[in-house]
Formats: sequence, C-alpha cells, structure tokens
Amino acid sequence: MPQVNMTVNGKSASGQIEGRTLLVEFLRETLGLTGTHVGCDTSQCGACVVHVDGRAVKACTMFAAEAEGAEVLTIESMAAPDGTLNTIQQAFQDHHGLQCGFCTPGMVMSAAALLAENPKPTEAEVRNYLEGNICRCTGYHNIVKAILAASGQDVSAIAAE
Amino acid sequence: MYAFDIERPTTIGDALSALGHEEAQALGGGQTLIPTLKQRLAAPAKLVSLTGISEMKGVCTADDGSLCIGGGTCHADVAAEAGAYPALASLAGHIGDPAVRNRGTIGGSLANNDPSACYPSAVLGSGATVITSNREIAADDFFDGLFTTALEEGEIITEVRFPVPEKASYQKFEQPASRFALVGVFVAKYADGVRVAVTGASEGGVFRWAEAEAALSANFAPEAIEGLSVDGSDMISDLHGSGAYRAHLVAVMTRRAVAAAG
Amino acid sequence: MPKDGGIGASTKRREDVRFLTGTGNYTDDINLRGQAYVHFLRSDVAHGKINKVDTEAASGMPGVLRIFTGADFEGVGSIPCGWQVTDRFGEVMQEPAHPVLAQGKVRHVGDPIAAIVAETYMQARDAAEAIEYDIDELPAVVNMKDALKEGAPKVHDDLKNNLCYDWGFVEENKAAVNEAFEKAAHVTTLELVNNRLIANPMEPRVAVGDFNRSTGDSTLYTTSQNPHVIRLLMGAFVLGIPEHKLRVVSPDVGGGFGTKIFHYAEEAFCTFAAKALNRPVKWTSTRSEAFMSDAHGRDHVTKIELALDKDNNFTALRTDTHANMGAYLSTFAPSVPTWLHGTLMAGNYKTPLIYVNVKAVFTNTVPVDAYRGAGRPEATYQLERVIDKAARELGVDPIALRRQNFITEFPYATPVAVEYDTGDYNATMDKLEEIADFKGFAARRKASEAKGMLRGLGINCYIEACGIAPSNLVGQLGARAGLYESATVRVNATGGLVVMTGSHSHGQGHETAFPQVIAEMIGIDADMVEIVHGDTGNAPMGMGTYGSRSLAVGGSAMVRATEKIINKAKKIAAHLMEASEADIELKDGAFSVAGTDKSVAWGDVTLAAYVPHNYPLEDIEPGLEETAFYDPSNFTYPSGAYACEVEVDPDTGRVTIERFSAADDFGNIVNPMIVSGQVHGGIGQGIGQALLEACAYDENGQLQTGSYMDYAMPRADDVPFYTVDHSCQTPCTHNPLGVKGCGEAGAIGSPPAVVNAVIDALQSGGKNVTHIDMPLSPSRVWDAMQG
Repeated sequence: MPQVNMTVNGKSASGQIEGRTLLVEFLRETLGLTGTHVGCDTSQCGACVVHVDGRAVKACTMFAAEAEGAEVLTIESMAAPDGTLNTIQQAFQDHHGLQCGFCTPGMVMSAAALLAENPKPTEAEVRNYLEGNICRCTGYHNIVKAILAASGQDVSAIAAE
Repeated sequence: MYAFDIERPTTIGDALSALGHEEAQALGGGQTLIPTLKQRLAAPAKLVSLTGISEMKGVCTADDGSLCIGGGTCHADVAAEAGAYPALASLAGHIGDPAVRNRGTIGGSLANNDPSACYPSAVLGSGATVITSNREIAADDFFDGLFTTALEEGEIITEVRFPVPEKASYQKFEQPASRFALVGVFVAKYADGVRVAVTGASEGGVFRWAEAEAALSANFAPEAIEGLSVDGSDMISDLHGSGAYRAHLVAVMTRRAVAAAG
Repeated sequence: MPKDGGIGASTKRREDVRFLTGTGNYTDDINLRGQAYVHFLRSDVAHGKINKVDTEAASGMPGVLRIFTGADFEGVGSIPCGWQVTDRFGEVMQEPAHPVLAQGKVRHVGDPIAAIVAETYMQARDAAEAIEYDIDELPAVVNMKDALKEGAPKVHDDLKNNLCYDWGFVEENKAAVNEAFEKAAHVTTLELVNNRLIANPMEPRVAVGDFNRSTGDSTLYTTSQNPHVIRLLMGAFVLGIPEHKLRVVSPDVGGGFGTKIFHYAEEAFCTFAAKALNRPVKWTSTRSEAFMSDAHGRDHVTKIELALDKDNNFTALRTDTHANMGAYLSTFAPSVPTWLHGTLMAGNYKTPLIYVNVKAVFTNTVPVDAYRGAGRPEATYQLERVIDKAARELGVDPIALRRQNFITEFPYATPVAVEYDTGDYNATMDKLEEIADFKGFAARRKASEAKGMLRGLGINCYIEACGIAPSNLVGQLGARAGLYESATVRVNATGGLVVMTGSHSHGQGHETAFPQVIAEMIGIDADMVEIVHGDTGNAPMGMGTYGSRSLAVGGSAMVRATEKIINKAKKIAAHLMEASEADIELKDGAFSVAGTDKSVAWGDVTLAAYVPHNYPLEDIEPGLEETAFYDPSNFTYPSGAYACEVEVDPDTGRVTIERFSAADDFGNIVNPMIVSGQVHGGIGQGIGQALLEACAYDENGQLQTGSYMDYAMPRADDVPFYTVDHSCQTPCTHNPLGVKGCGEAGAIGSPPAVVNAVIDALQSGGKNVTHIDMPLSPSRVWDAMQG
C-alpha cells in the first residue's frame, strides 16, 4: 500500500492508504480525528468539510492520495490549545447554532472559509454559502445568526433567543 | 468503490503516459466521478489525478482577446479570475456549492458532459474551443449527447478558449434537490450574432436553440422570442418536472438571460 | 435562584463545547479492538421469491469472516412490533413476521438478503458482489388502493390480504356523524396526500455489537433515541438475551426525528454476529442505504369532509385515510395513523361529531413509522386545509371562522377520546396577528405584485398530544409497553449530583436544561448537576425520547426523584441542627430551621450522608440516591397558531417563503433558547415537507429518490429567519413542572400554513387553484396554474 504524507492541524501526518482511501477516511480512521463526519455519499451534506491548503473542501470527495503534501485543517484545530473556542465556535454556542452537533464541524469549517473571503457577509450571502451544508435540526435560523454575529455584525434585531 | 491505483502526475506528458495504461481513467476534481465510484458504477484499474498539473491551471487572456482557462482550473478560480467574461465567472460561481467549486474543474465538467451541468452551456453558448492534449475541438463538435463527448480514450482537456461576447448572461433554474440545472440557458451576443445554449432540459444534453438565436440576432430583447418555444416532447421528463414544464422554462430563462445581459 | 441558571434562563448549552471542537462521541466514532465490519447485500427488487443465495465463492474472498443469510436466523425471533391495533370489527391487526435477514421472499428494495462480515468494510463490500443469488421478481404493490384490490399480489403470503387493519374511530359515532352531514348547511370536501418523507437525521445509523466471552454479556452501541427500548425489544423478542446480560449504549446521537426510535434488523444482526464470531461487529449505514432501510414517515392518502351549519359552526367531521405501513410493521407503525392521528382530529375546535376511518396497508416499500409529529401533522394538515378551503367556499375570513369554532373552556373532552387540560387558542391567535404583522400584509402584497410576484398569507392552528403517555391508557389502546420514564438522582458526598435519565438527548439539550430544573429546586449552581443518559447500564429503565415527552415525562421523573432526595436531606439536616424535620426549609442551597438563624449548607448534608458520624442511622440509611418512575396521568396539549407568507413566481411556479411566524403555548418553559431552537427546527422540516421533500417510488417499487440528488432537503437559502413566540403559557395541570413539550410543534404546525399561503397567492393572481399536494415544487405549482 502506498504511503501518504501531509500536514494535519499543523502536525505532520502519514499513513498507509489504498488508492480508494478517501481523505475523510484517512482523517477519521488512520489519524483518529473523528470530528469530521460523514453524512452522505453524494457530496451534498457537508458534514465532512475541512480546509485543504486554505480552501474548504468535502473530505468525502477527495482521495487521501490527492492531499499528498497538503496542509489540512479540521475542526479539531479550531479552538485554542487551552480549549478556548474561536470566534465562530463561540458564536455558535452563544446563539444556539447547533443541536445534535453532527453537521456542526462542517458548518464551522464552512463558516470559517466564508468569513476568510468575505468578512462581513449579508444574510443572503451566508445562506447562499451554506448551500453545501445540510442541517436537519436548527432550521438554519441560529446558524445564520451565529455566523453573522461571528462576523461582528449586530444580530440583536433578529427575532428570538 | 472498487480498488484502484491512483497516480498524481505533475505534467501533461506524464498524465498522458499514465492514461496509456489499460482501464486508466482521468480524475479531475472528482466531484462527480468520486460519488460515481462510491456507487460502484465505474471500475477503473487506475485513476490519473490531474490536480497536480500546474500547467493546466489558471485563467489568462489571449492576444485575440479570448479568455483561456486551463482544463484543471477549479470553478472557484474561474469565478474569481474570469472577470473579463462576467457571465462565465458568474456561472462558475454558482456551480454546486463552495466546497465543490474548490475542487471541481472545467475540464472535468466538460469531459463528463452531464446533461444538467452548467459549463457545457457556456462553452456551447460562447462557441468556445476545447483544447485537448492533441487537438482543438470546436464547441459545436464537442458535445455528443448525454455523458458523451468527442474526446477519445486517454485524451484530456488542457484548456478551453472562450471568445468574449459583447453581452452575455447565464440563467439557471435549479432542480430543488441536486441543485443542478433543471434548465439553464446561456445567452451570448457577439458582433456576428447571438448564441443560445440550453442545459438541463433536453434528452440529448446541451443544445443550441436556433430559433431563439435567429430572433435575438435580429433584435436582442426579451420580447424578441415571444411566441417561440422548444418542443416539450424532446425535453427530459422526471420527478422534478415534465417535458412541457422544462420547455416552458427554456423560454422563461432565455428571456431572463437576455434581460440580464442588458 | 439567579436567573442565569434556573428555570426560565436561556442557559448556553454545555454539550456544545464538545460538538464544536470535534470531540463528541458518536457511535461511528467507537471502534473496538478486533472489530470486524458488516455490509448488507440488499434487494434491488421490490418483491421477489428467493430461489438461491450462494455464498460459497464470496466466502473465499479476502478478509471475509463469515456470510450470513436468512437461514442463519431460523429459530431467531422476528423483529417485533410494539403496538397492536384492534380494528373496527373487534379483530386484531394482521401482523406479519419480520426476519432479521430475508427468508423466502424479499419485500422491498433494500430488504437485506445477506450480511457479509469481513476484516474491513471494503472487503465486505467487495465480497458482496461475489454472492450469487437468484430471485424471481414478483409483481410489486406500491399504490395503497391497488394493494387492497381483490387479487392484488400479497406482500405476505401467509396473511389474508394486504390490509393490516381497518380502524374506525369513534365507531359508535359513525351513524350520528353521517346524519349530521345530511343536515349540514355546507359541506367542504378535500382529497389530499400527506407526502411520504424520509427523516434524514444527519448522522446515518450505526450499530456496533460486542460480546464478552468471559462474562457472556452482550453490548450494543447504537444510534438510538431509546436504548432501553432496544434492549427490551431485541433482547426479549429477537435474540433471547435477558436484560442483565445485555447492555445497550446510545452515546452522542446525531439527530433522530423518530426514525431512530425503532428497533432495526441491523442492530440485532451486529449483536448476534458479535457472539457468533466472538468479535465486535460494526455497521455504518451509508446515506444511500439509509434511504432504503430507515423507516420512512407520513404517507397518508385522505379524503376529509367538514360539515357546517348555516352560521358556519362546525357540526361534524369525517375522514377516510389510507396509511402506508410498508412491507413490515416497524416498532410503532400501527399507532401512528390511529391513536396518534384520530385522537387529534378535533384540533382546536368544538366540532361535536367526528368519525375517522383508517385503512393501514402493506406495500412493497420500506416500512413507515413515526416521523417528527407522527400522526399529529397528518391530522393537523387535513383539518387546517379543509377549514381554509371551507372559508374560501363560504367567503369568510379564515381566521374568523377558526376563532368562531375555537374551544374556549377547559378542561375539554373531545369527541375523539382525549381531554385537553388547558389552552387559550384566542391568545395564541392574537399573538400571531401581532408578531406576523397581518396589518402590513396588504402593503407587502402590493410590493410583491409590483415585482410581478404573487403574494399569499396562510395561517393555521394546531394542537398536539405530547408527553406520551399514560401507561394504563395506552395499554388499553394496544401498546405493548408502558410509557412512563425513570430517573435516578445520585448525590455525591461533596454535593454534586448525577442524574441518570431514561430520556435521551440527540440534539434537545437535556444536559443543559435538566440541571436547570434541579438547580432551581435545590438552589445550587446548575454546574453541580451532570446528566447521564443513553446507557442501559445507568438509568434503571427508560422509554426514551420521542413524542415531545422528555421534559414532561422524563423531567417529571427527575423532579420526583429530586423531591425524594430533598425529603431525605431534610431529615439529615434536621438531625444536624437538632430540629424538627417539619421546620426545615431549603433555600438557595442551604437548609435552615424556620424562625431561627440556624442553617447548614447543602454540602454539609450531603457529606453527612456519606460520612455518617453524626447521622440518624436508626431512622434512615446512609447515602443519598433516589429513583423515581413517573407515569403521566394524561397527555399534554401544546397548541399554537402559525402564519406563513410566500411569494410565487407566476412564470416558474417557484415558491419563496418570505416570512414565517409561530405563536406557541408550551406551558411553562425551562430554557427559552432551546425551546425556540426546537421550534425553528420543526418549522424547517415543515417547510421541507410543504415545498421540497417527497419520497417517491415508481410502479415497480423502485425508489426514485434514493439520494440527496433527488430527495430535496431544505437548505439555508430555502428558508428565512423565523419569528417565534412562546409567551402565551397555559401550564399543564397534571405534571409537576407544568410543561407541555415543544419538540414536534414546528413540524406539525407549519405545512398547512405554507400550503394555505400558496393557495392564497395563486387565488390572488386569479388562478382557480384550490389544492396542490405537497411538496409544492415549482413544477407542481406551475402545473396547477395551467389549470
């Protein structure tokens, strides 16, 4: 079996893989980084979104071999080493932007990518950007609100707690 | 997925020699091929990933003013860098979702020729030239029905060259589940006439709507196609809409594209 | 109690931290030493006779440990059904066997034919393709009415026909109802479909079976809303493992919405195979598998008739429903179209005479069972649609017609066997008129029309029966289980508490909300309370989380156990302060003697319980741990009024939700933030049902919506921000917290509002459209507009 080497969350990571090993399988099974989830097999739900070389990608729709030499960031990298949540994570907690938590890692990673390229998105831009992230619990209300709040915008006028 | 080997060449030459092996298949961004492999609907012995080939990536303007896009350029990069052709950049910026746009490539999309994909309409609607590893193929000769193109085994799309129109717009009406085009219409006005290409709608894949082209070449205004229609019996009929509905949407989206193109 | 941590505080959720940092522990994150993997070979035909399943070649494939077929499960029990409905002739329902792996026949696409256990998942899948099987495809029954025709192919050869039951409710009222229709001044009739849905929690199901050879104990890790129920059903009925030798663990579960209530074949298989192979066996569903193996929801075809007198009072209601059971009876399937549906047909209205007929039908499709709301959305949808249609036919205001017929006095005994304890339907309607800004609608419609769009406003009311349910009552109705809940409250020596509850949180936030209740009762910081759930090794028993029952039933059990704790603690405190127990008061985490300045802290008492040097050992035992079982005396009846505003693009039929408002009465509320979140999520799913989602089969029983490519899930840009309000509160009178339940309201209350709004929009544009079946996809709306 071939070997793959990449940097994951700032640490070098390598392992034996098959050609058909997906990046998400490498992360979850080889590296034990189980924060990245698999919610579908047609590249639509977005529970597996990670960053590869600074870009949000679906880790279920990329082979581990294609990440050779890449810098990969997963949900496990988002909080500070002492556990302090980052701005997006904190906004999700403050605004109840998650319920069962399964889609949440992908949502946070997508939100991080959005705010990196568009630091003050409109509501419509947030909703549009989340096209590839499905949540079944929240009706999206508090996810969108949390991302707007994380961007530093005032969300106090948005209805409900 | 069935087992296969994967190779990641860094030059077109290496990619071609890797593709020379029996049952080898090119892998672009994989956004369609990987889900297909998961369903075990394809069984390549070897996948040749084109994502490591830097000479196939990027957007530039040729001396004749046409826009050249490397076959391995992802949709997000086209959206960001094809400012010289705003309708094309906008189309690229609305394919799939952001994560898909960071992986999926123009070459991969065209080679696959999904009847509901967006890019084929831009290529056909612009009269673009598909440049492959061994030849140039005019858009009108490239698409050959559902999931079929003029590409031969082992041939890869290295670049697509778009003449930039005076005005253009792509209007997509999304299928509610997949968000592929239920009907997508690309309208482009060139000095020598208007091209109208329709994706998503037809049993035969992307097609040019000749009547609308003629009417719009004479008068580039939404009302110019009043009364024109495509035949619903040639259109796809499925859970998401009948052929008649799609035929209706072809006219609606064409009018909207003309209006948006200005 | 400071209001940042007790009842009524929007305390931030403690469980969020692990979910936000990727450190949750979902079932698929569990990997046991020596674990093998199973892949199920599933039928690709809807109905067929199995002639041969030859596993010989496949058994020799790399990594294969063993391949199981139906023959391996002869002598093993059938997957049981938990509810037996009696039909209108007094006969019990027809109840087919449901083998773990298909025996003799396959009955739906996805029915498992064989299970391949291998060292890796890929090896198991590879080997599946080497299994040679021969199935004679038989004609499938898909359409329910066709399935009931004489001579239709039978899903189960050993049953009389495809009719599970023909239920009438209330059968004794039937003649009086028919008579009322004959005398009616106006009758409105509506035929409609409540579309088949797939629950689609984002976490697909997973099961990991384990067997400990040294103790003979089995453990199942599974994505369940109710691990104790799985232990009972699988242990007692399928595999014959007694409770003390079987542990079922449901750790973090990524959403349920009903479809993770039921006991599934894959759970039994993994538990069985782990013992047979003496290795842990894991199954992780793909989403594609989920579409053909998770129980589906809804799928009712209904004709409803509403009779009114000359003053527009509702005089009678009559419904005729066909309810799809699918190919086998899932755990609670028979109860959904009957007791969870027929009993709600009165809605918020004082209709004196109601008759409900339901024919439950077997078809060659995936089993259908409870999905968020379960029976109540079906009842609400038909009722609120027919009322809206009646208002249009009579030319009266749909809100006024509803108000005129509202039940206004409580308790109220409906003609369909339930008694509403409290409610104030005018109050929620008043609140809705305010938050939805009905006054501004005309101007908004004008603005839409100026853009060439049609705008509509739809409203509806709902009532639901939650807090399921009084055991003695459901026992009479056919439930094969009690529906109480249990809790054990363990107080540690240093004062911290652990609550072991049979309720299960898979998104509901119990770990945060339940401690708020205890914090309020004792007057301590909520952080001193830990909630443990999802493990039969902890809580003594649990009926789990569904039917909006966690706080109303599970929370009540916790309250009762905590009351016992407080009573015992008061005895200890009295001893420590040499006072009479009757004089002990508990406030802000300290015990004091009334009328004195004597006081001992909570921690002093708990320490004394475990270090009983100075302790009333002659009267009470050391330690501080209590268990309570709570069995509710009635359902709870949340209610509300919802409004939806849509724009319809007349050129394409595309519907856009512009505004959505919900005014709910949930009784008392523990954590308003969590309650709003539950309503938001329900509305999202209700909008999904109304506009996007439909599970479709073709006439051969092939699933046409087998993935998210064809099954349209609501996305962030399909919905707006919602306005929700739960300030109208008529507390439940029969549980200690006065709570009613909020988990399903949004999904129950929203579909009719959406459809009513679309009809309103189309009629405002001069289109004579009175009904469109859900989902109101662009093509369906456009088709309807073409007349």
